[in-house]
Amino acid sequence: MDLNESAEEQAFRLEVRAFVRDQLPVEIRDKVLKFQHLEKSDYVTWHRILGARGWGAPTWPKEYGGTGWSGVQRVIFEQECMEAGAPRLLAAVNMIGPILMRYGTPEQQAYFLPKTRDMDIVWCQGYSEPGAGSDLASLRTRAERQGDHYVVNGQKIWTSLSLWADWVFALVRTSSEGKPQEGISFLLIDLNTPGITRRPIRMINGSMEFTEVFFDNVNVPASNLVHEKNKGWSVAKHLLVHERSAQADIGLCKRMLRRLKEVATTCLKRGRPLIEDQRFRDQVVRVEMDLLAHEWTLLRVLSMIANKRDPGPETFVLKLGATAIVQKASELLMECAGPDALPYVAEALHEGWQGDLPNALEIHTLAANYFDWRRISIYGGTSEVTKGIMSKMILGL
Amino acid sequence: MDFNLSEEQLMLADTVQRFVEQEYEFEERKKLARTDRGYSELHWQTLSDIGLTGLLVPESFGGMGAGPQEALIVMEALGRGLVLEPLLSTAFVAVPLIARHGNKAQQQLLLPDIAQGRLRLAIASLEPEARFDLWQVATEARPQEGGRYLLQGRKTVVIQGDSAQQLIVSARTSGNSSDKDGITLFLVDAKAMGVTVKGFPNIDGHHSAEIFLNNVAVDGSAVLGEVGRGYEPLEWATDRGIAALCAEAVGTMAKLFDLTVEYLRTRKQFGQPIGRFQVLQHRATDMLVAVEQARSIALLAAARVDNPDPGSRRKAVSAAKSVVGRNGRFIGEQSIQLHGGMGMTDELAAGHYFKRLNCIDMTWGDSSHHQELYGDVM
Repeated sequence: MDLNESAEEQAFRLEVRAFVRDQLPVEIRDKVLKFQHLEKSDYVTWHRILGARGWGAPTWPKEYGGTGWSGVQRVIFEQECMEAGAPRLLAAVNMIGPILMRYGTPEQQAYFLPKTRDMDIVWCQGYSEPGAGSDLASLRTRAERQGDHYVVNGQKIWTSLSLWADWVFALVRTSSEGKPQEGISFLLIDLNTPGITRRPIRMINGSMEFTEVFFDNVNVPASNLVHEKNKGWSVAKHLLVHERSAQADIGLCKRMLRRLKEVATTCLKRGRPLIEDQRFRDQVVRVEMDLLAHEWTLLRVLSMIANKRDPGPETFVLKLGATAIVQKASELLMECAGPDALPYVAEALHEGWQGDLPNALEIHTLAANYFDWRRISIYGGTSEVTKGIMSKMILGL
Repeated sequence: MDFNLSEEQLMLADTVQRFVEQEYEFEERKKLARTDRGYSELHWQTLSDIGLTGLLVPESFGGMGAGPQEALIVMEALGRGLVLEPLLSTAFVAVPLIARHGNKAQQQLLLPDIAQGRLRLAIASLEPEARFDLWQVATEARPQEGGRYLLQGRKTVVIQGDSAQQLIVSARTSGNSSDKDGITLFLVDAKAMGVTVKGFPNIDGHHSAEIFLNNVAVDGSAVLGEVGRGYEPLEWATDRGIAALCAEAVGTMAKLFDLTVEYLRTRKQFGQPIGRFQVLQHRATDMLVAVEQARSIALLAAARVDNPDPGSRRKAVSAAKSVVGRNGRFIGEQSIQLHGGMGMTDELAAGHYFKRLNCIDMTWGDSSHHQELYGDVM
């Protein structure tokens, strides 16, 4: 056992930290830290800064123009970026990249990978449907083969940021024979194809990042099929297994906790910082302790990955752990604001707002942020679905 | 970072695990817990023979010279078997305290005997008014002629205090009863004139003692460490004990969780194993998360308990004790519930594991006490 970070790991961490500190534009960082909404240009700007340093595709191997980093390095990178207030990488890089490398044809790889890495193509993910949420395999968007193309009809929902995207990678039904999982294919669709309509959904926090996408007789070249017909389910599953340690969201958890402590120090109760109030402080302490446990569970997982062992139950524990920490921290952040959590000022969620409310501007995003984070126990498989998988796979119940 | 055990560590884990499997059959353990002594001298000697009493004793004094990681490995394995022998106070608190703060004569006198299994110690630190505060010391040590001291006071719920031949007593040589300065540690023979030890079993079968010190005369050579500066060594050594206790709790929780999952697989109601019911499955996964959290944070405590930065040590140890206390109770409560009526009986092991977890929370600071300590250095 060696319970200290190795010298190389530490050096890498400091290198990433220094880079983010020096290169992340302040206005982007401030928006992230204050829970304001980001524009597409914010994501692209940050992505290009990373690209210039050769870090545009952190999860990709070197031969595809990636970094070739180890699993441990990838987590350190993600953690340092998120903690410092960098935007998330868009679905492009971490998700579709590894899929194309594993299952794409040489032509698909040659066309999409460089453009994806350089953000010349922005992707969104088309999985969920109105009738296929937790039960994803029941999806009904049809793709029928006609000559050298597929004709797609149906509807996707919760497609994040589709209005900014150029392409969607989608799960579509190509057969109704056998088990529902066995009739699903993985298709790449150009969003500028006639017959596609995108519509934003207004969420409870006021954001418009989620959308519905409608497909009405959309022609997609058959060459855009990834892997074999009716094998799309295994393509999607490969990614889930592959990137589970990323669900630890350790950087996000740390950023939320640090923000919580900052805000609880600025907000006053009877003239004293709120953090000195015993009732409030105890709650912050609990979140911080849970975060320590969470961080060490992640370290255990990374140690397994480094030793080429398949991480076990700990990876699911990471997903549930991150969920609990982020939701509790966002709740306490809102409570910091006290009565100032009441006014809803949509403009406060955007950069540069100079409103006329008495207290600090950033207070007015905390309630919306709280509502926003309810989603972490829903997306990527609800907590209940996760527990169902755990009790089957780990406990054998 | 590397969480893999080394060759030696694997062997150690294996040896302790084998002891638990061979010697700690549950019915035998239950009988043993009900004897007056509450543990077996034979087991004690076996544990000593496999090197556990001397685990942390430096090699120059006949021990294995191991550290907090090995303590974690051993205690986790003992926790799985609810082992009753009073190792904790002697091997995991007194030994580090003497090895780091004792003088050569004290080390020579005590450490080889501990390694041989001939000597047990207990830490008489807490007092009736102090709850879990180690610095609340009203017991007085009044200096006498010739460098001697007279000890007067009362120590309460001294863990494993009734089986110890020697006590490490915190007493006040200066300052007010809640000052951290002015506390001195003394080595006191449990049979010395004026010492009364009233032992009793705890609800989990382990033993504690009330200790009355009535004008107990000790030599200046009985002072462990520096006069008036005993608090920090006491806090550190107790932290060592807490880290070991957290590891024990992890073993106890993991075993209790295994027993519960096994019950869910085999117990049938409404024509099927009750583990098929989703509401129970989700409860079981919540327990799994709690065990893994506890395991992670116990590792953190072992990693940082010797950290020279006192804030870093405080946070790690208090976070571990607090999370372990909270999660241990959660797992205990859930496992009783999932066992239904049988869980309430003395016959099943579940209740005994639950009681141990509960007592671990109440030893050397419960979950809220450590939450408070953490908040003070946050």
